[in-house]
Amino acid sequence: MIRFENVHYRYPDSDHDSLCGVDLTIEEGSFVAVLGHNGSGKSTLAKHMNAILLPTEGRVLVDGMDTSDEANLLPVRRTVGMVFQNPDNQIVANVVEEDVAFAPENLGVPPAEIRERVDNALKTVGMYEHRQHAPHLLSGGQKQRVAIAGVLAMQPRIIVLDEPTAMLDPQGRKEVVATVTRLCRENGMTVVLITHHMEECIGADRLIVMSYGKIAADGTPGEVFSQVELMEQAGLDVPETTRICWDLNKAGFSLPLDSLDVETCAENLISAAH
Amino acid sequence: MLKDITLGQYFPGDTVAHRLDPRTKLILVFLYIVALFQAKGWVGYGLVLLATVVCMAVSHISPKNIFKGLKPMLFIIALTAALNIFYTQGTPIVEGWIITWEGLERAVKMMLRITLLIAGTFLLTYTTSPMALTDGLELLMNPLKKVHVPVHEITIMMSMALRFIPTLIEETDKIMSAQKARGADFENGSLIQRAKALLPILVPLFVSAFRRADELAVAMESRCYHGGEGRTRMKQLKMAARDWIALALGLLLLAAVIVLKHFGL
Repeated sequence: MIRFENVHYRYPDSDHDSLCGVDLTIEEGSFVAVLGHNGSGKSTLAKHMNAILLPTEGRVLVDGMDTSDEANLLPVRRTVGMVFQNPDNQIVANVVEEDVAFAPENLGVPPAEIRERVDNALKTVGMYEHRQHAPHLLSGGQKQRVAIAGVLAMQPRIIVLDEPTAMLDPQGRKEVVATVTRLCRENGMTVVLITHHMEECIGADRLIVMSYGKIAADGTPGEVFSQVELMEQAGLDVPETTRICWDLNKAGFSLPLDSLDVETCAENLISAAH
Repeated sequence: MLKDITLGQYFPGDTVAHRLDPRTKLILVFLYIVALFQAKGWVGYGLVLLATVVCMAVSHISPKNIFKGLKPMLFIIALTAALNIFYTQGTPIVEGWIITWEGLERAVKMMLRITLLIAGTFLLTYTTSPMALTDGLELLMNPLKKVHVPVHEITIMMSMALRFIPTLIEETDKIMSAQKARGADFENGSLIQRAKALLPILVPLFVSAFRRADELAVAMESRCYHGGEGRTRMKQLKMAARDWIALALGLLLLAAVIVLKHFGL
């Protein structure tokens, strides 16, 4: 569980707060998506979750451990794994399995157990067949899955992904989102996915919208996307399904806005037409 | 064109030479180099040459690959040979000539020495993966930690550098294409002009390398990296019987060369 208590953060050479009083609790086992446009503070929020950044005011608690306490650094980072935007800049070794072994090696895990963790992590992300490959010869989506495996080998309970799909092609994006969703649904991990692609949020349990360093909306994806005007204010788009219903409602219909699934939306449209 | 750069190129294989512990191979190369510089007479040189040929045969590395690696060194080899030919006093080959029999002999020996030196080190990098090499180096240098040599830091820097060579080459290619698309000319002009044209490549490359380093550091820390203390390794290196035999053979070669030197052979 991660808890933010009135967190403010200002970058050292900046004249305004990038986070202005964020209060937030992320529940165990949930899939939380954080959406926001550039400069909304969503990446800053993510970097507070494993003590890469420390709040200038307020505090962040990971399983009750205050991240600003130096003594908590390793336990916090072992609990919250972090995957970054650029897969090239987070892979440290020139063989896939050696890279995945990096985190457990740092933690001083016995060699036989490292082997086991590495194999399991690679199987979970579906990269076991590529374990002997050189990372620079893999595709973007594959590299990012290796990076996820590298974090999984640390056996964290929470995994935070800071725009993991921003540098990937559509195929790679699908691979990564599917892997992340499976981690939450099948392995019971808490997943926090930071993104600016709204389609990636649809499968989440909870959607948080960041705007100007504040939480602008918080709820299920259906609830959040229904607030079309608020989303537009935050500089964000809504899914096509919501957009169609919204436009039709303006023309006098009364369609529900929270059906994000294409099938359900189509059914609603058909019944409204009759 | 940049894809041709090979630093410590590794040819995967499954020969005895590949399976040897990297520590053994590092020590063997060291013994080999000492033996090479101890060799004086033709018999000594012959022995080292024989050892090199045997190693090449065992590791299935074709002489072609060794010669390919020698190419960039040809100029240095030729220059050393020329200097030795012209600057050695002794009996002239033909009366009145500057070239002497002694000079000729020394030149040939010098060429042989440099060639063998390079061939021997190539055999190491051809049969050992860079990761194994840095691992071996770290373990061999471990005693130096007692005198506060940052062994772990040195080896992790080496392996990071090796890891990022392909990434940075790719990046250089991209920057060059971008500059070419805007009319940069890297192929024509005098040497100075071409060197100047490289500047617009180097600046962005350095900027991006620093940015990468920054991100990499954060990513490493996120994965609980906190220096070499209390670190374990997934792959443990183990010395097998073949390693001890190989080391014994290496010592034997060195001993033989030193004995031969005493007899002036």
